[in-house]
Amino acid sequence: MPTTLTINGTDQVIDAPDDTPLLWVLRDELGMTGTKFGCGVGACGACTVHIDGEAMRSCQVALGDVWGEVTTIEGLGNPAAMHAVQAAWLRHQVAQCGYCQSGQIMQAADLLARNPDPTDADIDEAMAGNLCRCGTYNRIRAAIHDAATQMREDAI
Amino acid sequence: MSRLGTITRRSFLVGAAAITGGVAFGVWKVRQPIPNPLDPGQGAAMNAYLVIDQDGITVVSGRADMGQGAQSSLAMLVAEELDVDWQEVRVAHGPASAAYYNAAMGESLFPVPDYAMSDWMRSLGGAVGEVGKLLGTQITGGSTSIRDGYEKMRHAGASAREALKLAASARLDVPVARLRTEAGAVVAPDGTRLAYAELAEAAARIEPPQVDPRPRAEWRLIGTEVPRADMPAKVTGTQAYGIDTRLPGMKFATIRMTPRLGGTMRSVDTAPALAVPGVERVIDLGTGVAVIARNTWAAFQGAEALAPDWSEAPYPADQAAIMATIEAAFDDSPNSTMRDDGDEDQPGTEISAEYRLPYLAHAPMEPQNATALWDGDRLTLWSPNQSPLLQERRVAEALGIEREAVTVNTTAMGGGFGRRGEYDFSVLAARVAREMPGTPVQVTWSREEDMTHDFFRPAVIARMRGKVDGGRATLLDGQIAGQGVMGQLLPRYFGFSAMGPDRALVEGLFDQPYAIPRYRIRGYTADLPLPIGPWRSVGSSHNGFVMESFIDELAHEAGRDPLDFRLDLARPESPVAAGVLEAVRAMSDWDAPRAPGTALGVAMVWSFGTPVAQVIELVQEDAGIRIARAWIACDAGIAIDPQNLRAQMEGGLIYGLSAAVHGQITFADGMVEQRNFPDTDGLRMPGAPRIETRILQDNPHIGGVGEPGTPPAAPALANALFALTGTRARELPLDRTFRFIL
Repeated sequence: MPTTLTINGTDQVIDAPDDTPLLWVLRDELGMTGTKFGCGVGACGACTVHIDGEAMRSCQVALGDVWGEVTTIEGLGNPAAMHAVQAAWLRHQVAQCGYCQSGQIMQAADLLARNPDPTDADIDEAMAGNLCRCGTYNRIRAAIHDAATQMREDAI
Repeated sequence: MSRLGTITRRSFLVGAAAITGGVAFGVWKVRQPIPNPLDPGQGAAMNAYLVIDQDGITVVSGRADMGQGAQSSLAMLVAEELDVDWQEVRVAHGPASAAYYNAAMGESLFPVPDYAMSDWMRSLGGAVGEVGKLLGTQITGGSTSIRDGYEKMRHAGASAREALKLAASARLDVPVARLRTEAGAVVAPDGTRLAYAELAEAAARIEPPQVDPRPRAEWRLIGTEVPRADMPAKVTGTQAYGIDTRLPGMKFATIRMTPRLGGTMRSVDTAPALAVPGVERVIDLGTGVAVIARNTWAAFQGAEALAPDWSEAPYPADQAAIMATIEAAFDDSPNSTMRDDGDEDQPGTEISAEYRLPYLAHAPMEPQNATALWDGDRLTLWSPNQSPLLQERRVAEALGIEREAVTVNTTAMGGGFGRRGEYDFSVLAARVAREMPGTPVQVTWSREEDMTHDFFRPAVIARMRGKVDGGRATLLDGQIAGQGVMGQLLPRYFGFSAMGPDRALVEGLFDQPYAIPRYRIRGYTADLPLPIGPWRSVGSSHNGFVMESFIDELAHEAGRDPLDFRLDLARPESPVAAGVLEAVRAMSDWDAPRAPGTALGVAMVWSFGTPVAQVIELVQEDAGIRIARAWIACDAGIAIDPQNLRAQMEGGLIYGLSAAVHGQITFADGMVEQRNFPDTDGLRMPGAPRIETRILQDNPHIGGVGEPGTPPAAPALANALFALTGTRARELPLDRTFRFIL
């Protein structure tokens, strides 16, 4: 029984078993590879997407359980029109290997949507589930503050 | 990014035909390497470092990107000479080729500390490195990319620039001396501009003139902070890593290999896997199985459903027995005595200490994977790897085909840290593809397979003995036992057995810039077949902890400030090393009194040509110990891109701290016990310190930057823990002994 999901504003019909994790629907069934596989157990955050605007680990959400519209890193922004968080990541040259950064950026975008002026402690708490083996945390924190400032200014 | 996309990595690499429209320049003929009689003409046909086309220039470095930024830094070296706007510069990895041999690897073969190497040794090291042409040392590792490419890439840019001017001279009938280059064009005195793209084809037919690269005083790009070429793709999810390879009709697969490393699979009933929806096939690989499915998750489910009968492990089955085997190595005669300075008869008070460090996994964020297509005659590979020629050779051997029948596409990597210098992931993918002619197949390892089938950082036991007298160290006598990385790596990579001293076992111990009247280091190689390999900073990763912890113990025994104590030892040996210590002293305000419950620790390690000093500040809070701040000072000589250099130093520190706090791989019943991140984690943002980094440029030689940030991290933390708690940490990981806020 095919499932229809709205992903980045587009309806996608997916003919896969209901228990297939959203991560693998995105990556292997739809070829949307911006969302990354890191651990498969919800421990690293590389697979973070938004469902109805909320950051979720897509490796832990079954296709049949997806309850809302899905936004992936591809839908957040693109190289020609970046989201404020992505633009801040670029300004701060955050990425090293970059593999975890899709998830970091999706998590940070969720944080800033809920909290437009987070403290360091807010950031640390929100980002604790996102592992970066390259150790880019200092630049991530700085980029989140920068993006927050930018988004507040843009909102005025 | 649109510009970067005009020659995508994949289309560029799939075939040489993709270069059509561009022209390749090389430095092969213009370089004057120290003559190597073993290799008169090799590589003459492969000399592409630089492609010029209508959209700008593409710098082909032959070095992989695993996050360290080498491709951008190498491209800066070319662009500096070529007078092109950075925005016009793209980067690419290039094919597997001996032309991209890594000459800087040779320098590390000398049994001499880097800081004490003379110019003739460096020259000889370079000459030894030239043998890399024969060995196929197209390797991204050892923090060598810039050390290897610094001259090479600047010459590539300079010779191409001069050839372009000659071509313009012929076109315009203007003497070449009156032409200049600017922003991707040759400019004539009357203002006529000829874009490089218009000249490239003619220029490529000209024997490139030999010119010296520009002197440092004239640099405009090197030493500045440029946006990394890969950054837009990496923040928008559009960077294609190996695991993102997608080909028409591609199948998804995984493997489940014997958890007793080096063992075999006695039998397996494949039915449970085949019963999983989406699973299409199970392939017996002898030491495990591959499961092919419609998507990776179905393949994972299929592999998990199996209950193979695994043979016993060819090593002691549990951790205690493995450590006992390592300890027994002390009973043999030493494999090496890489330093043996001074007279044993020294005055002073003697202390001794034993340190134990565990095996470690690399755990890059992108799990191991490779994609392969067998078309009946040829094997095409898409592999995130640090050693393309090695992939080519071992895949050809595994399939029983000629090396010429293997095409290696080296993709971007989600971390490497040494793990992707191996070739097991490529060979497994090729073997699976061989069973499925005409169908591309991607073989992705689960995190559990990745963590339990690594080539681990070896566990070691160190026995240190030292004396202090009158506030100074008079004796340091270190013995270290463990598996020797080179003893496994050289046969595995290059097919020759490693005779003689295993430098990797003792680096970070024997080669430190400390003036100690009696300074002896002996290495004892343990006879164990556990798979081990280079882990970010290799031997210095464990020996940095041993050396700098024990130096700290000596300082306290001497009643000295640990930083003063080190400076006294370093100044007579190396002002460069003393410089980084002085820098962290100032940065951390080391000499100022700290608030109660706050303590500092310092460590300095010289590795891969670069001394790095780090100070870590700990704060005791109610919930535990916070790793609050860190200060780093480093001296790699020339900072090609300071922003990228800082990123490497900070990342190296976090990688080292992660291992120190959490990292371990242990064995039970012949199997690795840690299977995923909750079992052996890395530091997360709340547990990571605020970091400040200072770059010094007093080192007369260029050092590496990818690895040297790692070795001082663990000892700086352990030394701070001693200062805070009075407990000396002599075993890692530290989370077994101390309660951190993480």
